[in-house]
Amino acid sequence: MATTIARRVTYLNNEHTLASWLLTKDHKRIGILYLIVVTTAFFLGGLFATLVRLELATPAGDYVSAETYNKLFTMHGVTMVFFVLIPAVPAILGNFVLPLMLGAKDVAFPKINLLSWYVFVIGFLFTVYAMVTGGVDTGWTFYTPYSSRASNTNVVMTGIGVFITGFSSILTGLNFMVTIHRMRAPGLTWFRLPLFVWALYATSFVQILGTPVIAITVLALAVERGLHFGIFDPALGGDPVLFQHMFWFYSHPAVYIMILPPMGAISEVIATFSRKSIFGYSFVAFSSLAIAIFGFLVWAHHMFVSGISVYSALVFSFLTYAVAIPSAIKVFNWTATLYRGAVWLKAPMMWALSFIGLFLIGGLTGIFTASLGIDVHLHDTYFVVAHFHFIMVGGAIMGYFAGLHYWWPKITGRMYSDIWAKVAAIIVFCGFNLTFGPQFILGYLGMPRRYWAYPPEFQTLNVLSSAGASILAVGYILVGIYMVASLFKGEIAGDNPWHATGLEWTTQSPPLPHNFEVQPVVTEEAYEYVAREVKVG
Amino acid sequence: MFPGISLFPERASALAADVDHLYYFITGVSAFFALVVTIFVIYFAVKYRTSDPMAVGARIHGSIGLELAWSIVPFLITMVIFVWSANVYFDIYRPPDQTLEIYATGKRWMWKFQHLGGQNEINELHVPMGRPVKITFTSEDVLHSMFFPAFRIKADAIPGRYSSIWFTANRLGQFHLFCAEYCGTRHSGMVGSVFVMEPAAYQAWLTGSVGGGTLTSRGERLFGDLACNTCHVSDGSGRGPSLANKFGSSEQLASGGRVAVDEAYLRESILLPQAKVVAGYQPLMPTFQGLLSEENVMALVEYVKSLRASSEAGSRSEAAATTGTTPQENR
Repeated sequence: MATTIARRVTYLNNEHTLASWLLTKDHKRIGILYLIVVTTAFFLGGLFATLVRLELATPAGDYVSAETYNKLFTMHGVTMVFFVLIPAVPAILGNFVLPLMLGAKDVAFPKINLLSWYVFVIGFLFTVYAMVTGGVDTGWTFYTPYSSRASNTNVVMTGIGVFITGFSSILTGLNFMVTIHRMRAPGLTWFRLPLFVWALYATSFVQILGTPVIAITVLALAVERGLHFGIFDPALGGDPVLFQHMFWFYSHPAVYIMILPPMGAISEVIATFSRKSIFGYSFVAFSSLAIAIFGFLVWAHHMFVSGISVYSALVFSFLTYAVAIPSAIKVFNWTATLYRGAVWLKAPMMWALSFIGLFLIGGLTGIFTASLGIDVHLHDTYFVVAHFHFIMVGGAIMGYFAGLHYWWPKITGRMYSDIWAKVAAIIVFCGFNLTFGPQFILGYLGMPRRYWAYPPEFQTLNVLSSAGASILAVGYILVGIYMVASLFKGEIAGDNPWHATGLEWTTQSPPLPHNFEVQPVVTEEAYEYVAREVKVG
Repeated sequence: MFPGISLFPERASALAADVDHLYYFITGVSAFFALVVTIFVIYFAVKYRTSDPMAVGARIHGSIGLELAWSIVPFLITMVIFVWSANVYFDIYRPPDQTLEIYATGKRWMWKFQHLGGQNEINELHVPMGRPVKITFTSEDVLHSMFFPAFRIKADAIPGRYSSIWFTANRLGQFHLFCAEYCGTRHSGMVGSVFVMEPAAYQAWLTGSVGGGTLTSRGERLFGDLACNTCHVSDGSGRGPSLANKFGSSEQLASGGRVAVDEAYLRESILLPQAKVVAGYQPLMPTFQGLLSEENVMALVEYVKSLRASSEAGSRSEAAATTGTTPQENR
């Protein structure tokens, strides 16, 4: 059987020309196109991070100049946030599996889907152009009036890149939202949807409503910088704190654009490898929506020391605790799903369990930063850096890798080495903790972030952190090696190597150009392992 | 070669202890939940482990009781933390009434402190132990943030606004001062030290480093040099309002509404006099935006503050000279 699979027509082998890729309207090929660009960006952002950690191995500023260091952490942040974390799960995995999960031929607007990739690439090219022609040094937060008045780097060009990329995010969100409403297979009611779909739905809501605000903010910044309109700069009659309100009104919900889709992927992986339906399905589904809505109401918790009134700080702190509860609900439900499951510890599950461990720490340390009395001390220190890396990398990137390992056999039709994938998950988990664990202590000790040089008493913890980063790099490189190797030498996967439920596993691997031979009809809840006759692939 | 690791920064104020206690509590709560979840995940993953891909799990869909329990219990715990944290936050930002006042300006890349006695310091700050100290500050260029890890306090220096922080140091020694808000190339060089001294040693330091007159007298000189006194006549007969006894009061505005006369309003009225004109006066005052450094604005503000009723002004100047007043412990 395995030998015949390679001869079948798939979305990969039905056409071979470059034009067939660059002009494709196939959501699966567009997913691959995103995979290529995002992986490039991840490598670039990782390179910047490596140089940052190298500089911080010693207290004195020595390996690179202060100017270069400031550009490195800025470009690390810009690249990772806008070109890796935001698109990774929705644009790569979401594009690939959403129509398959819905039993649809494609997304609702295939041409707009291709357009959003081009918009993304153009935004990325602008940003890369800004980097190679001098870089930018404002921090990814672009705080005024430094960005509008003082910095003499490529602020506007980078801003244009971010501005353009935002439209890609809006278009993808719009496309997904319409697709989920209109393209579900017969019988696939809302409460039979896989939880990944719920997560993408909630994310689309945030993308559509939030992203225009960052576009306006960046535009206003460019207008002030280029034309000297007083918006944010007090010397021109503006208000610098206004910028922070506008920036975080998008950029806090953006955290949920980054973390909700990986949470959805984790739900899929945990259900599959526990052979059970997710404990509290509707609580997990609605917690995604609750996070998307409450996520818009907490932006000023980034501004507790920015001179906002103590009473508004009080309100924002309270709402921040409120938004923490739906995240906690998810973690408890995932844990409970394992109870009396048939836990099959394949590589995707190892990545998913690592996700739970790291996301847990990321979430719990959010309680510290939401606490008014403690945040005054922690704000702008390494504690915050550690906290958001636990969410962004420990959460979003681990979740992305869990999903990538899970759907890889569907995407490529081939298996990677399970052993190496487990080894990589353990290396990344350990390296990650060693990199960012010490930064919590550094932060409480008072080491401010974005410091090129630091007092010598902070060195030991910084050396530990840099050592962890090198272990982390080894883990990621390992993933790259065995994934690429699987393309050439990987075992043929079969249609459903994990014996999972879900429509994406009912079609062949890699799927047909139009996904399904016949229109699937859904007659059961998601994750019905018990009722189902398990078909051997 | 490497220094040892400490887990907590030095603690040099009573407030720092309050922040630390809250930190211990949240750490304890977090560690508890992290352990519980981790133990359950590992225990379930091992106990229900299977290598048979055909095995299926038990048919369990959920439990309303559990969902409610693990929503409500964490919420109640966070509310305890919320209330406790808010109390600490109010303590951090509400200075006591009687404080030793110091002005500061952040500019790329240094902190300049001005004492009421006219002493100026750059990237160093000398304060007496046991007395509440309040620093009023702003920025001359971009955002900065004044951060004293040993006191667990921080506030952004925002151009165009006054910020303030206060502390009562309870330990002698030299402690870090950092700029915590990224401000460009030498951000990490915008660092300094606060020196907490015995009151007597502080007194000696003050007398040993007197500059050109007190801050008030510098403000008074500026008040004359800039011809402020031609309109702001103390008996109220000038074209501008008299400034005697104005600080701390509230004024009726020409545009309706009232404004509290505090440092921020005085600063705004010097730099943007048309913004909030007092009722009964014409908007005649020229702007001093761009003509005055932030340090000189602070000197003028301090001078206007010194024009309060004589009894109060007396106690203030006494406080400024740090003689005789008992150190006020506010907590």
